[in-house]
Amino acid sequence: MNSLTGTILEEDIELTLGELCRNCHVEVDFVVELVQEGVIDPLEPDASRWAFAGHNLVRLRRAVNLHRDLGINLAGIALVLDLLEESERLKTELARWRSPS
Amino acid sequence: MEYKDYYKTLGVERTASQDDIKRAYRKLARKYHPDLNKDPNAEDQFKELGEAYEVLKDPEKRAAYDQLGSQWQRGQDFEPPPDWGQDRGFSEGGFSHTGGMGGMGAGDFSDFFESLFGQRGFRASGFQQGGGFRSRGEDQHAKVQIDLEDAYNGATRQITLRQQQVDDQGRVINKPRTLNVKIPKGIKAGQNIRLAGQGSAGMGGGPSGDLYLEIEFKPHRHFRLEGKDLFLNLPLTPSEAALGTKVQIPTPSGKVDLKIPAGSQSGRKLRLKERGLPGTPPGDLYAELSIHAPPAHDEAVAELYRKLAQAAPYNPRRHLEA
Repeated sequence: MNSLTGTILEEDIELTLGELCRNCHVEVDFVVELVQEGVIDPLEPDASRWAFAGHNLVRLRRAVNLHRDLGINLAGIALVLDLLEESERLKTELARWRSPS
Repeated sequence: MEYKDYYKTLGVERTASQDDIKRAYRKLARKYHPDLNKDPNAEDQFKELGEAYEVLKDPEKRAAYDQLGSQWQRGQDFEPPPDWGQDRGFSEGGFSHTGGMGGMGAGDFSDFFESLFGQRGFRASGFQQGGGFRSRGEDQHAKVQIDLEDAYNGATRQITLRQQQVDDQGRVINKPRTLNVKIPKGIKAGQNIRLAGQGSAGMGGGPSGDLYLEIEFKPHRHFRLEGKDLFLNLPLTPSEAALGTKVQIPTPSGKVDLKIPAGSQSGRKLRLKERGLPGTPPGDLYAELSIHAPPAHDEAVAELYRKLAQAAPYNPRRHLEA
């Protein structure tokens, strides 16, 4: 069996607005609103040339899941994602203190 | 197949109102949502909840499910009644759950669900007859656990996932598929590898979707990872720390000698530049010192400790006295 070589989403990939929408099954308006809430950030402010760094896809997917599964509105999603990042940072910090000494 | 008690899954009575069901689902969904709960079992529990809610939130499906009767026990061997499915219109699927992301897709519902309400899939041929319908396949997401050494050296890993394919009758089915995937050197925890065109098959000649593999690291017996940096806990004796020494430590590329400067204390970090995960720039390896005192298990050692205390009076708690 041949080995498949991929690309690292967070380092090597830029996505267009259309690719983001297609990947997450959402309408353009939903993405536009998330940009307005500061949940995801385009590389260029000019909306006609929007491109997004790869990590935005992971944030958008999480946003869509939270919206769909838990009925959270966009402002709530922005807050949840920020708190999740804070929680992950604190867990890393905790692991540092708990590591054997 | 096993009977599923959807009421028990959501923790509600069979007489619960639609509002009670929604509230119970939302409460449990917040607890087990895989984006919020990193426990490996959370995703399975979340899927169980999703399936139970899919049935109980829909009065029509709930009524049909209730007709099976309340005598069934969770896990009991179950076959649908022979006349099931006639007049119900469930057999072709066509229900509202919009899966396809976060690992949810056709086939994520149980055999029990599918025997009652049909598969989520639809017949691709229907679309083809409808005038050249083409659609790109779904993107697919999965998690892959790798060893630290895989990210350090690069590696090829075999993974097996369930993937949507279109069968001879044009039905979307789930089949296991095995792939060999190259793990790029220097990949970090939480990053995703995109494999273009390796997602679910397209319809009507449309292209396949992409496959995204999220990288998780298995815990390592020596190293803790933060981004590209590695941390190693390095125990020393008090004499090694006070006098300085040279010790052999493991790195992912083999053992190296590390010089411990005289006068080192617990908590001090010694950096080995560019000995972390590869990249531009590469990560570093940090040896975190911790001092372990030899036990005074006989009188000779105890006497030496007493002599040390006299010769080098030292109060490590001075900051607590102020």
